[in-house]
Amino acid sequence: MKALIVDDSRAMRLIIGKILTEIGFEIIEAKDGAEAMKYFDGTGQVDLALVDWNLPNMNGLELITYIRSNPLNNDICVIMCTSETEKSRVTDALSAGANEYVMKPFTRDVMLAKLELLGMVRS
Amino acid sequence: MINGTSSPLLSVDFDYVRQMMFDYSSVVLEAGKEYLVEARLLSIVQEREMNSLGELVEALRKKSSNKLRQEVVEAMLTNETSFFRDVKPFESIREFVLPDLISKRSAERTLNIWCAACSGGQEIYSFLMLIKEYFPILEGWKLKVIASDLSLRMLEKAKRGIYSQLEVNRGLPAAYLVKYFEKVGLEWEIHENFRKSIEFLSVNLGSSWPALPVMDLILMRNVMIYFDVKTKKRVLNQAAELMNSDGYLFLGGVESTINLADQFEIVSWKQSSCYRPNRV
Repeated sequence: MKALIVDDSRAMRLIIGKILTEIGFEIIEAKDGAEAMKYFDGTGQVDLALVDWNLPNMNGLELITYIRSNPLNNDICVIMCTSETEKSRVTDALSAGANEYVMKPFTRDVMLAKLELLGMVRS
Repeated sequence: MINGTSSPLLSVDFDYVRQMMFDYSSVVLEAGKEYLVEARLLSIVQEREMNSLGELVEALRKKSSNKLRQEVVEAMLTNETSFFRDVKPFESIREFVLPDLISKRSAERTLNIWCAACSGGQEIYSFLMLIKEYFPILEGWKLKVIASDLSLRMLEKAKRGIYSQLEVNRGLPAAYLVKYFEKVGLEWEIHENFRKSIEFLSVNLGSSWPALPVMDLILMRNVMIYFDVKTKKRVLNQAAELMNSDGYLFLGGVESTINLADQFEIVSWKQSSCYRPNRV
């Protein structure tokens, strides 16, 4: 399975990428929302997207709205992975079409538990 | 040896802590776990401005303070838990166990549920959120929900129903977070109606149990791993006696009734197993 990590922090892309690689994901990275858009053309390029909220060019919420605007992307699991921790932010992300929400900072266990909830990894 | 103390844990002191843990919690501390005692009791040594673990054990020997003993026992207990831990047991409760119990109790419209090692409350609240989401039919039923733990500190946490960001991050669906929790400062508090629907009790599973209603469902997950075989047998036999014959017992993923309590039959559902007393 392929996972796209959209985060402007190289360190964060490395951290998330390491966790996902360990459980068998193939990793693709993008530094901002605009760069990530090309992976959501409805041809099934990725199975999972981890999207930061605060991104240059196109923010994470806008990217998720873009992803969900194409029904061909419905099968892609999207996790908003952000340091935004207000309840209204979680609500907004879910309303835009995120399947799950991970608040930074997080641990490996947190990420694995979220993926387990989405049926993308077994405990 | 640990930082902040002047001497390592003597074997005689380790043996004293092991025996005390067994006497007051039935938890078995295996040989070689000195490091665990040192790691978990260091903060008590420092808070009480003692010089060493030896001094702490000496204070315990004098039996001058039940409070100190309770504090040490609680510090040694493992409280590992998370919302919807392991996922699969909750799927089998949703897809099989509760539909079966609801069908069988439709005349009485009562269900008794016991979370027997509730730790900080994440497991029993997960169960109640699952009911709220998938079983609105139970709103008209009489549900007796009991959550117990040996640790008074954990019971207090479970009663408060307030969790850190890391705790709600781990295993709790984001949709449930926004639906059933409010953010209070940096923490998240579960809605009061969940907290009020649970009776919290202090129960030492390895000792005699208080009077409890006959149970339809017992969650006793990831606690028996800390007991010896004799205690496991006693606990499982007591559980069997306490349950309706068509009730369900859930244990942790590495726990089982096999060779411990033959009266239980294994009930498998997809990739999860639970147990049912097989009384005639």
